[in-house]
Amino acid sequence: MTKTKMRLVVIGNGMAGIRTIEELLKMSADEFDITVFGAEPQPNYNRILLSPVLSGEMKFQDTVLNDWRWYEENHITLHTGKTVTKIDRVRCTVETDDGIVAPYDRLLIATGSNPIMLPVPGINLPGVLGYRSIADVEKMLAAARPGKRAVVIGGGLLGLEAANGLSLRGMDVSVVHLCEWPMERQLDKVGGGLLKEALEKRGLKFYLSRQTDAILGEGAVTGLRFKDGEEIVADLVVMSAGIRPNIALAKSAGIHCERGIVVSDTMQTYDPKIYSVGECVQHRGQTYGLVAPLFEQAKVAANHLARYGRMRYEGSSVSTKLKVTGIDLFSAGDFNPVAGDDELLLQDAARGVYKKLVLRDNKLRGAVMYGDTVDGPWYFQMMRDGTDVSEMREHLLFGQTHLGDSGHGAKAGVMSMPDTAEICGCNGVCKGTIVNAIIDKKLFTLDEVRAHTKASASCGSCTGLVEAILANTLGGDYSAKPSKKPICGCTEYAHQDMYKTIRERSLKTIPEVMQALEWKTTDGCHVCRPALNYYLLAAWPGEYVDDSRSRFINERVHANIQKDGTYSVIPRIWGGVTSPAELRSIAEIAERHQVPTVHITGGQRIGLYGITKENLPKMWAELVEAGFVSGHAYGKSLRTVKTCVGSEWCRFGTQDSTGLGIKVEQMTWGSWTPHKFKIAVSGCPRNCAEATIKDFGVVCVDSGYELHVGGNGGVKVRVTDFLCKVASEAEVLEYCGAFMQLYREDAHYLDRTAPWIERVGLPYIKRHIVDDAEGRAELYARFLKSQQYSQDDPWRERAQGKDAHEYTALATIA
Amino acid sequence: MNRTRIGKLEDIPRQGSRIVNTEHGEIAVFRTVGDQVFALNNRCPHKGGPLAQGIVHGQRVTCPLHSWVIDLASGAAVAPDSGCAHRYDVLVEDGVLFLDPESRECKA
Ligand SMILES: Cc1cc2nc3c(=O)[nH]c(=O)nc-3n(C[C@H](O)[C@H](O)[C@H](O)COP(=O)(O)OP(=O)(O)OC[C@H]3O[C@@H](n4cnc5c(N)ncnc54)[C@H](O)[C@@H]3O)c2cc1C
Ligand code: SF4
Ligand code: SF4
Ligand code: FES
Repeated sequence: MTKTKMRLVVIGNGMAGIRTIEELLKMSADEFDITVFGAEPQPNYNRILLSPVLSGEMKFQDTVLNDWRWYEENHITLHTGKTVTKIDRVRCTVETDDGIVAPYDRLLIATGSNPIMLPVPGINLPGVLGYRSIADVEKMLAAARPGKRAVVIGGGLLGLEAANGLSLRGMDVSVVHLCEWPMERQLDKVGGGLLKEALEKRGLKFYLSRQTDAILGEGAVTGLRFKDGEEIVADLVVMSAGIRPNIALAKSAGIHCERGIVVSDTMQTYDPKIYSVGECVQHRGQTYGLVAPLFEQAKVAANHLARYGRMRYEGSSVSTKLKVTGIDLFSAGDFNPVAGDDELLLQDAARGVYKKLVLRDNKLRGAVMYGDTVDGPWYFQMMRDGTDVSEMREHLLFGQTHLGDSGHGAKAGVMSMPDTAEICGCNGVCKGTIVNAIIDKKLFTLDEVRAHTKASASCGSCTGLVEAILANTLGGDYSAKPSKKPICGCTEYAHQDMYKTIRERSLKTIPEVMQALEWKTTDGCHVCRPALNYYLLAAWPGEYVDDSRSRFINERVHANIQKDGTYSVIPRIWGGVTSPAELRSIAEIAERHQVPTVHITGGQRIGLYGITKENLPKMWAELVEAGFVSGHAYGKSLRTVKTCVGSEWCRFGTQDSTGLGIKVEQMTWGSWTPHKFKIAVSGCPRNCAEATIKDFGVVCVDSGYELHVGGNGGVKVRVTDFLCKVASEAEVLEYCGAFMQLYREDAHYLDRTAPWIERVGLPYIKRHIVDDAEGRAELYARFLKSQQYSQDDPWRERAQGKDAHEYTALATIA
Repeated sequence: MNRTRIGKLEDIPRQGSRIVNTEHGEIAVFRTVGDQVFALNNRCPHKGGPLAQGIVHGQRVTCPLHSWVIDLASGAAVAPDSGCAHRYDVLVEDGVLFLDPESRECKA
């Protein structure tokens, strides 16, 4: 039995209509018989890119979104060059100017809008054009002769793009605008001024605060007269004074219209069989003139056409970028402050940078940026999320890179954006989607990313960001760079194979590994043995017996060798919190052993220096007696958890950073890691515990805990990458344990977290620790399991006699 | 050979070393994975690092301070480094270790 398909007729072969079809095909490919009518003779093209075609930076071919074949392959009947002139809502048919009749079960009206042609004398003269379609562009190009004069009426987004394009074609271009500065709907006076200056430098002339009285000419346009009487010469006039929703057809069919075709949240008109999307639509009193909201509408309409009936369109907030090559401009929201609003301004004339942010109730309301727009998407995101920005207020203007302070410039700035940050405003594609597509689908080129995600496939303003993401993601994808260097001369195996091979082949001891993997030496060397010992320890917790002969001296004797062959002893001071009693016992022990130097370490502990090897076990016994455990200051292991006094004492403290630090230290102490591992917890973003140069840093904020990873001090300081924010202490512990475990299983021995993250890329870490809750829980469980076996205090054991031969001479002979 | 008894083989861990104090300073006695024993002055030819604390591998030890590798039999630093830690005669008989503290020599 053949199921009769529903018939869907689409009026308008433009951006919103066809996007709806694309969305629909994704959901239910063959529920509908689809017929499309388009007044333009071309297949579906990207109207946004007309400006680059006009300026000569692109060819029309490059703007085609769906070519003829696409319609065929999807069994869509396409009538181009046909204008629908009648909708019969009783018979459910539509009719074209040349008499084609098509019946529908569902109708989609996507007729877009028309340029407003000002009602002035001469508007119908040849040489006066709108700016809407490829036909308009072709006419402009036909008229564009170098040296001839063009006048663009309207200094908005479209007008300026047209003016710029014509100017690049060699024309002498003037822009006539009603307001004091161009793009007044997107820019404030200062930003508008900067834009005007930049465009003037490119040769555009501005007539501001001017009103057109008449277009002059007989038979063809020759000039323009302003209200004040002044006349200017023109061979071509482009009308760009706004757009008006194209509702004539809908209106004539009795569909309720106001400024646009009125639709509900399901994109239905007052006739439930008839849907409408695009610039012709009025939703909750609002009409739109940019593609991002239209694409959201398309999604909703498709969802309802496919009878999922789940989504609602609730309106959009929009951001704007001007597509004039070389001019960076971004604008979003309400950027004219009213009483009570705060205004943050940054003006750097030398760099040509201007930024204005408007805050209301600690939330971003609007942003205008000129010259440096990298942070536009970030601001826009916070604006839409209603993020409370009071805590980052001081740094807000300097952008996200500054906040995260990753120190890697704009490119890395993209990588520090959260996965939810919207990169492509037109298609609503966020960073995470792009990164995942690159990784999962193994994408290598911008075009592939466009094809798979639609990011950067519309207006192209985000191309730079997408490229940066591509570069960073690929560059950071360690599987893409198989640089495998053997661990040392004893073997062909590289670090990256070791942990896995040990697990997979169930190798349990160093000799087993060496035999199975055909080591070239009998018992390795000082390079591979400590590495194997580490990998085995990490792979078989509780089972593998640590081989002290494969440990460097410090870890073998659990103290740091100093330059004179004596050692330092640094007991653990949990979270840096001590007491008079503890201090007293340390003082007494130091005195008893005549310790030459007592030093406060950088990790909030007390170091006793100059202890001879024979004395170590005795001193440890006393420290253990007083309740101390080893501080592992000598190990490739958890070192310290540095804290500040946080909410308990500090007037800025937002959380109990001290208490949390102690909990973290109690969970993590004793763990062995590929290299040393340092943690800190700061009670507020003032960050007194320097959490952003630690391997794992926690910065408490009012609403929770920001987690940072991959920092270190040392020879080459590296500031952490922001991982994510969590709400509770329990989550801090889980993320911390999971992160350490991932590091333990994944990093090469002797890699600190910083080079490891730089090799595998932050997205890789995020995928395992942030996105994958199950994986994170497993990592955390493995970490805790391994900790069961590593929290026996090595000092206590040695104070009780373990490895005594390490601390005493074999003999003394005269 | 002046045979001074210094202890038993089993007192030194395999791939390990222990110190004998003498009037000329510390002598490090090494035991390899194959139970051979060697004795060196416990001072690295580089900057005097305590060789007894190094990692023993094959017939070599790596100094704990800056990772020079010293040949146990000769006391010579392995190329590209050069220099020599003085060596001493040492032998095992029925599991007992004998050292000649007067046999100090440089073989590099
Ligand atoms: C030069 C230019 C630059 C732009 N730059 C940007 C930008 O940078 N960013 C941005 O977000 N937006 C930009 N826009 C706006 C964006 O192009 C529009 O918002 C979008 O194209 C609107 O989609 P739509 O489907 O509603 O209308 P359209 O794309 O105009 O599609 C409507 C289609 O319906 C056809 N039609 C109308 N009536 C009938 C009928 N009765 N029968 C058959 N067919 C009919 C029309 O011919 C047209 O092809 C730009 C627009 C222009 C003109
Ligand atoms: S980080 Fe914040 S809470 Fe902690 S001591 Fe400094 S100012 Fe106070
Ligand atoms: S900074 Fe240099 S000198 Fe100071 S403790 Fe560290 S390694 Fe030694
Ligand atoms: S002291 Fe031995 S390597 Fe420097």
